[in-house]
Amino acid sequence: MCFASLCFALAEPPAWTTIREERPIDIAALLLPVLVFAPLAGSIAAICLPSRQGTEAAWLSGLVAFLCLGISVFLYLQVSHRGVITWQMDWIPQYGLNLKLRMDGLSWMFSGLISAIGLLVVVYARYYMSPSDPVPRFFSLFLAFMSAMLGLVLSGNLVLMAIFWEMTSIVSFLLIGYWYQNAQARDGARMALTITATGGLCLLVGLMLIGHIVGSYDLDAVLASGDAIRNHPLYLVALILILAGALTKSAQFPFHFWLPHAMAAPTPVSAFLHSATLVKAGIFLLTRFWPVMAGTDAWFWLVGLAGLTTLLLGAYFAIFQHDLKGLLAYSTISHLGLITVLLSLGSPVAAVAAIFHTLNHATFKASLFMAAGIIDHETGTRDIRRLSGLFRYMPHTATLAMVASASMAGVPLLNGFLSKEMFFAEAIETHKVNLLDTLTPYVATLASLFSVTYSVRFIHSVFFGPPPRDLPKIPHEPVRWMRLPVEFLVLACLIVGVVPSLTIGPMLHTAVTAVLGAETPYYSLAVWHGWNLPLFMSIIALVGGVLLYVLMKPYLANSVEGPPYIRRLEGQRIFERVLVTLSWRWARLIEAKASTRRLQPQLRILAAVSLLAAAVPLLHRGFQPAEIVLRGIDPAFAFVWLIGMACAVGAAWQAKFHRLAALVLLGGAGLITCITFVWLSAPDLAVTQLLVEIVTTVLILLGLRWLPKRIEQATKPEEMTFGVRLRRLRDFLVAVACGLGLTLISYTVMTRQMPGTISSFFLERAYSEGGGTNVVNVTLVDFRGFDTFGEIAVLCIVALTVFALLLRFRPASESLEKPEQQQVQNAYDDRHPDRAKGDSVSDYLFVPAILMRWMFPVIGMLAAYLFFRGHDLPGGGFAAGIAMSIGFILQYMAGGTRWVEERLRIHPLRWMSIGLLVCSATGLGSWALGYPFLTSTSHYLHLPVIGDVPLASAILFDLGVFSLVLGATVLILIALAHQSVRAPRAHIRAPRVGGKEVS
Amino acid sequence: MELVLSAGIGVLAASGIWLLFRPRTYQVVIGLSLLSYAVNLFIFGMGRLRVDAPPIIEKGGAGGLLTHSDPLPQALVLTAIVIGFAMTALFLVVLLASRGFSGNDHVDGRE
Repeated sequence: MCFASLCFALAEPPAWTTIREERPIDIAALLLPVLVFAPLAGSIAAICLPSRQGTEAAWLSGLVAFLCLGISVFLYLQVSHRGVITWQMDWIPQYGLNLKLRMDGLSWMFSGLISAIGLLVVVYARYYMSPSDPVPRFFSLFLAFMSAMLGLVLSGNLVLMAIFWEMTSIVSFLLIGYWYQNAQARDGARMALTITATGGLCLLVGLMLIGHIVGSYDLDAVLASGDAIRNHPLYLVALILILAGALTKSAQFPFHFWLPHAMAAPTPVSAFLHSATLVKAGIFLLTRFWPVMAGTDAWFWLVGLAGLTTLLLGAYFAIFQHDLKGLLAYSTISHLGLITVLLSLGSPVAAVAAIFHTLNHATFKASLFMAAGIIDHETGTRDIRRLSGLFRYMPHTATLAMVASASMAGVPLLNGFLSKEMFFAEAIETHKVNLLDTLTPYVATLASLFSVTYSVRFIHSVFFGPPPRDLPKIPHEPVRWMRLPVEFLVLACLIVGVVPSLTIGPMLHTAVTAVLGAETPYYSLAVWHGWNLPLFMSIIALVGGVLLYVLMKPYLANSVEGPPYIRRLEGQRIFERVLVTLSWRWARLIEAKASTRRLQPQLRILAAVSLLAAAVPLLHRGFQPAEIVLRGIDPAFAFVWLIGMACAVGAAWQAKFHRLAALVLLGGAGLITCITFVWLSAPDLAVTQLLVEIVTTVLILLGLRWLPKRIEQATKPEEMTFGVRLRRLRDFLVAVACGLGLTLISYTVMTRQMPGTISSFFLERAYSEGGGTNVVNVTLVDFRGFDTFGEIAVLCIVALTVFALLLRFRPASESLEKPEQQQVQNAYDDRHPDRAKGDSVSDYLFVPAILMRWMFPVIGMLAAYLFFRGHDLPGGGFAAGIAMSIGFILQYMAGGTRWVEERLRIHPLRWMSIGLLVCSATGLGSWALGYPFLTSTSHYLHLPVIGDVPLASAILFDLGVFSLVLGATVLILIALAHQSVRAPRAHIRAPRVGGKEVS
Repeated sequence: MELVLSAGIGVLAASGIWLLFRPRTYQVVIGLSLLSYAVNLFIFGMGRLRVDAPPIIEKGGAGGLLTHSDPLPQALVLTAIVIGFAMTALFLVVLLASRGFSGNDHVDGRE
């Protein structure tokens, strides 16, 4: 069904709809999919580049990022003017899933941020990445990530949002693990994926719940029904699930620990992921749903507690990091906590501050990461204890880093100061009367103090002090282009910090009104607000922070990494412990207690469960088996089935000790099945069953040789233990119960009137639409051609699997000798000097061999006959293919493997691939003509002498089926037949390889 | 007719299921084949049993369930026969490979 609807959706012309119906071509709306899918296309193009062509990949990525930035800038006027731009294409409208992209002020701000910082990071990465790395892969992943982020912020449908969210998780996993030869990178990537993907799963469920509450997955509908969401009984569940997604992604306590480990990624990745994009996705989500979910007590407590803890802990931990990037990572965690606290408060002014700080943090943190990367790149280390006095070597970079750190610390006249002041102002406001709200200003000041300390530490210990000793490289300024992105970002920090309302003001306003709408409060972006409490808090933080650094400097210079006392309380250890317990200990325990690796109990459980699953509902609903009527039984039919049952029971009885007898009896049961099909008006089934029966028997005969000998011992009844008997009895009862159940059900169904079915559809339209009179064949190759297509693919896979398994096949050593009969014959030949070895074998088969050889063209003719009549009369591709393969196997039996392969060209693999290609080409052909996959047309072609030949396009499909079935069957048979040629050779070779038996 | 066929299905299925529980791989392969006959016949029987009414229609005409047997279960069973063949082949080879690797023909690879 899914495939069918997908095909349907693909075949339909895409429905381009824009929200402004009166303007048929809305360029702004059409640019939205370009914004999302251009990076994706660029990503695919970049991965196709050879791994040496890093510069080309960088140019490509730069152009794509520039294009995205250009589109974002262009769309600003539209967004600020119109409010919302939407673009929509139907995907699976039945499930409310549309490709809907929607840009409002907030998504505009984020897409601008993503593409601007993306462009800068591309420039930076061009010079950062070493040519020995596979650089195109880096840029490909980078662009894919950019596409995912843009898709996330622009999606106007909740499900689409979840899809892009997952995509960010997966691509960030690949980016963090870019240097996969490094164990730290692998662990960090895996941890990030485990945490964020688990969160993503919760988010998906949460979004589904929101969709359920609202009755639509459309974001516009969701944003319009805030009251309905907040007052719904499922609100709390949905909130917790969505928070689980957002807080894991944004590395909030207690899920914060993955972020420092993600620092094993290349620095450009950190600069992009951990400033403007990945971790901001959670913030984006919280901001997006702020209008409809915030303001409740649950929101205040959950978000506030997580944010406040993260704010303080992140800042505290950051002080004690010796790795530059580690310090920045914890600082990122802390600043994200700050934004989360602001969002938790539920007041519009706080939301403004949150959006503003999101922007500011992205600018200064991206530049700091880049600066840290430059230091690492030019000195060879990121360890703060080893770095010192770098100012004299790289004054430009040092100045830039200082300005950016000052912004991080919240020094006036820089952008970080402005949003921090807004945060302080909001912290001292009373929003709810409770302990958390009372604590907020104190925690805020303390965290800010810590952030001053780590910022000062970053600058002072790296750039000042004595010249560094024994660094891996002599430090120097980086190339001009590597510094340019940092300069640009630092300039932005400065300008926004000095004249905020002239620069960032209007854009911020656009973003804020998109979130708050009519609630947009008055806020001032001025630098100077007079001597007020927030300013005093800032002064306390600045002075206290510097003092704390001075006091702690001696300790930090020699301490081990991590904060004192709680160093051992690492999230990572707990995480790993949990993972090991869950995925190893518990899994093993459950397997040991509740499961088994033995096949027999599993099959018994399977049969017993199916028995119960069928019996319980039937008995529950009062199942009455139909009354058994003995009249009207055809004695001949009854006799046939008497033989059939005897065969079945005999096969079951003999399968252990008399394999050949069991095989013959199995064939007998198969023949009875075949006769039943003939009797009961199913000629197609009878033909196919008969042919398959022959091939199966040959196949098993070929396999019999490799099984161990098992000779029935005269087991006396008293030697069978009680346990064995009990087990047999139980198996017998289960088997009989299953058989009896099937009998009852089938008898009851078969004696009832047929309800209305879809079968008449096929009977009525087989000729008018399928162009054939054999309804079964028309159904297979036309109406349900897609099923058949899948089925032959299965056959193809099975044949290849058989082939592959037999390539590595080593028979057991006791089966290696020639079969007993052949040994006797060869011994006879040896004794008689006038006979060559192997003569007796061919003598035995002399007459049959001639017959079999001459049968080949006859069987070929039969196969062709079956094939061509298939559309109108019993036959068809399946039957023809199997018949033809019997022709081939007869040749093998008559002449032996080598004889045949010297004379016939047998390429089963080629036949199979041709078959599969022909079938897909037939399907695709109808696509090209504008019809759904595998639509067929039909005509009759009049040939002289032969008469009317049905010529439907379905016959091409049937030809593919024929070719594939022939190839697969021959491949299986030949692979097995070859074993008797290969095995002795392999046996001779094996001891030579390693000096002892390999198999 | 129905009674005989359903009894036949039952016996085939019971013999097949009995063999599935046996410890030797060959028994399991034979059992699966028997079971697949039973299941194919069962599915086929769901279209009801008809004599002399194959689902082959007149040229240019249209058939109906009054005059023809049900083609749908037949189409399904035709597919099932081929897939059943593939399954038997695969199991047979797995059986041989397992015998080669483990040296015995127990379903678990060890006695």
